[in-house]
Amino acid sequence: MAIESHVLICGGSACSSSGSNNITAEFKKELEAAGLAGKVEVLQTGCLGFCEQGPIVKIMPQGTFYVHVKLEDVKEIVSEHLVKGRVVGRLCYDPAQAKDPHAEANIPFYKKQFRIVLRNCGVINPEKIEDYIARDGYKALEKVLFEMTPEQVVEEMKKSGLRGRGGAGFPTGVKWESAAKQPKGQKYMICNADEGDPGAYMDRATLEGDPHSVLEAMVIGGYAVGADKGYIYIRAEYPLAIERLQIAIGQAREAGLLGDDILGSGFNFDIELRFGAGAFVCGEGTALQHSIEGKRGMPRPKPPNSVVAGLWARPTVINNVETLATIPVIINKGADWFTKIGTPDTPGTKVFALTGKVNNSGLIEVPMGTTLREIIFDIGGGIRGGHKFKAAQTGGPSGGMIPEQFLDLPIDFGSLAKIDSIMGSGGLIVMDETDCVVDIAKFYLDFTVEESCGKCAPCRIGGRKLLNYLTKISEGRGTLQDLENMERISKAMCKASLCGLGQSAANPVLSMLKYFKDEVVEHVVDKKCRAGKCSKLIQYKIDPAKCKGCTMCARKCPAGAISGALKNPHVIDTTKCVKCGACEATCKFGAISHG
Amino acid sequence: MNEPIEKMTPEISAFIEEWKSKPGNLIMVLHQVQQTYGYIPRNIAIEISERLSVPLAKIYGVVTFYNFFKLEKAGKYKIQVCLGTACYIRGGDDLLKALEKELGIGLNSTTPDGLFSIEAVRCLGCCGLAPVIVVNGNVHGRLTSKDVPAIIEQYRKQG
Repeated sequence: MAIESHVLICGGSACSSSGSNNITAEFKKELEAAGLAGKVEVLQTGCLGFCEQGPIVKIMPQGTFYVHVKLEDVKEIVSEHLVKGRVVGRLCYDPAQAKDPHAEANIPFYKKQFRIVLRNCGVINPEKIEDYIARDGYKALEKVLFEMTPEQVVEEMKKSGLRGRGGAGFPTGVKWESAAKQPKGQKYMICNADEGDPGAYMDRATLEGDPHSVLEAMVIGGYAVGADKGYIYIRAEYPLAIERLQIAIGQAREAGLLGDDILGSGFNFDIELRFGAGAFVCGEGTALQHSIEGKRGMPRPKPPNSVVAGLWARPTVINNVETLATIPVIINKGADWFTKIGTPDTPGTKVFALTGKVNNSGLIEVPMGTTLREIIFDIGGGIRGGHKFKAAQTGGPSGGMIPEQFLDLPIDFGSLAKIDSIMGSGGLIVMDETDCVVDIAKFYLDFTVEESCGKCAPCRIGGRKLLNYLTKISEGRGTLQDLENMERISKAMCKASLCGLGQSAANPVLSMLKYFKDEVVEHVVDKKCRAGKCSKLIQYKIDPAKCKGCTMCARKCPAGAISGALKNPHVIDTTKCVKCGACEATCKFGAISHG
Repeated sequence: MNEPIEKMTPEISAFIEEWKSKPGNLIMVLHQVQQTYGYIPRNIAIEISERLSVPLAKIYGVVTFYNFFKLEKAGKYKIQVCLGTACYIRGGDDLLKALEKELGIGLNSTTPDGLFSIEAVRCLGCCGLAPVIVVNGNVHGRLTSKDVPAIIEQYRKQG
């Protein structure tokens, strides 16, 4: 019996966490019961991207897009849609689209996206090499091995203008060229999958949804630079990605696409996995190499650069997951095709993990040069709960807060650097007016202080100092002199720190001081936090008109700050108040408020 | 202090043999130990030190550098609170406070009955479900602090 339909069930991390594994099993059971087992194939794919709406089920070939699918909905989808051909309207993203079976293309979340890196994510079964091959997989490798010299591969990469997607945007072709020029001998390819930026999960989704694309690119890289050994350094926190990679490596070896004499070309290349262990600094190239060597992951001064003396002091190329996943497409379609996408500064696309106070959290891929407004308001569906946009943070703890005035700036590596942020690896966090810039900067500094390896003084001491100042300001003890000191320390950290972590750790503070100074000064001078986040600055008030004098709040107050006679309005002594909020929670008459 | 003595399992022993001659083996071996015991027991670390010919001090240095490796045994139910940015701005720290209140313990500690321990993690990669906590690998997402007592109760009942 021929397969007529496919049921694609998102197996990304967010959907798995909300039960998509059980849904897959349930589908198989229900299809069996309905006698459709031979006609409908059930696939658990990689991340479909629309994490906000998960678990997601997609029925092909129509492309019907079911969201928030629960276990008990499976029976209905099978009996209605797959048996009778009637779309289950109540489960569609937009019930009005139930009549139009080609619904996905019309969902605004997908409309403006352009997928290169995520081309197979959510389309193929990541645990089957056949699925990858059927979509031009390993075709680029074949082309490279049999039709191109290593020099031509390097040349093509240079021509494509591909810039490393790990954060700094170094041209990949130039990196490959430098490594290729090193004298012959042991060289290494490393895939950096130590995605440590909190709030970013692009690489995880790519590895879980399309592991072979990364393997293929590593072999291509190995051929171009003359390396025969590759390591994928991946976070141990990503068990599913590790499992999928292990399966993929096994299949590729089996198929003769990894190991000795690949496809009979005489070229040898093999890949091993190495696990990270929860250290953000290990995303830095030299620290990562130390970690693979089994040591504490601390960076070292450069030069020599890794392409000269990297892992075990041998020439080493380190590429990020997203960079690698782009490479097979560039080889297949050519550098000329690739440079037409994106901007002249940065050709190609960028994957973002869009999160925070946005309606449609999820994983998106857009051409470089797309504006933040398009990303946040068209794709992201605007700000949650009708709140107002305040800032977007790119680059996580290493990036800056981008204010409203730059919403229409086409983003690429160059444009973000000009407004004191960085592209980073692709975390994009949206904040609204209920988020406080001091609180957010404090959150990021808290992170970088904890993750600083402590080797160089600017980062170790400077980060701590910045955190202390921010804490002081958030508690209403800051002075205007503190703001000047913070700026001076920040600039010193940028210039003098040993590695990228320290050099960029002050970015949240610098952008806060540049674009949100009013709000910071308000904390210092008026002792006020307009977002109501800095708890020490909150003032609790009792509205005498609403207060019935029931004494409940006075009895609950742990600091004895509330006084008043029975059946008379009470008052709060703000000097004694510890801002615990117990009074507000206790009051039955809504008489107590804070601001 | 009485330190628990853990027994070296045959699997770990075989893993050490397999990796013995490979360069950069220490972290991979420690991962295996962490996975088996939930922490790095001192007596096992001493045995690794002898078999891999790595000084114990170096092992200690590596274990304390990486957040993933623990020197103390976690509770039967290991609660991880995500404090990645997405979870933080959607209220991850409120969940942490609620957990601390519910269990009467602070971050990075274990309840006296050994049932629960709380640790903070930076991003679990399911930001679409923010804020989340993970209990022994089971993700609970889109929570508010009000949901915390019921979740704890559910595990407490299982004992």
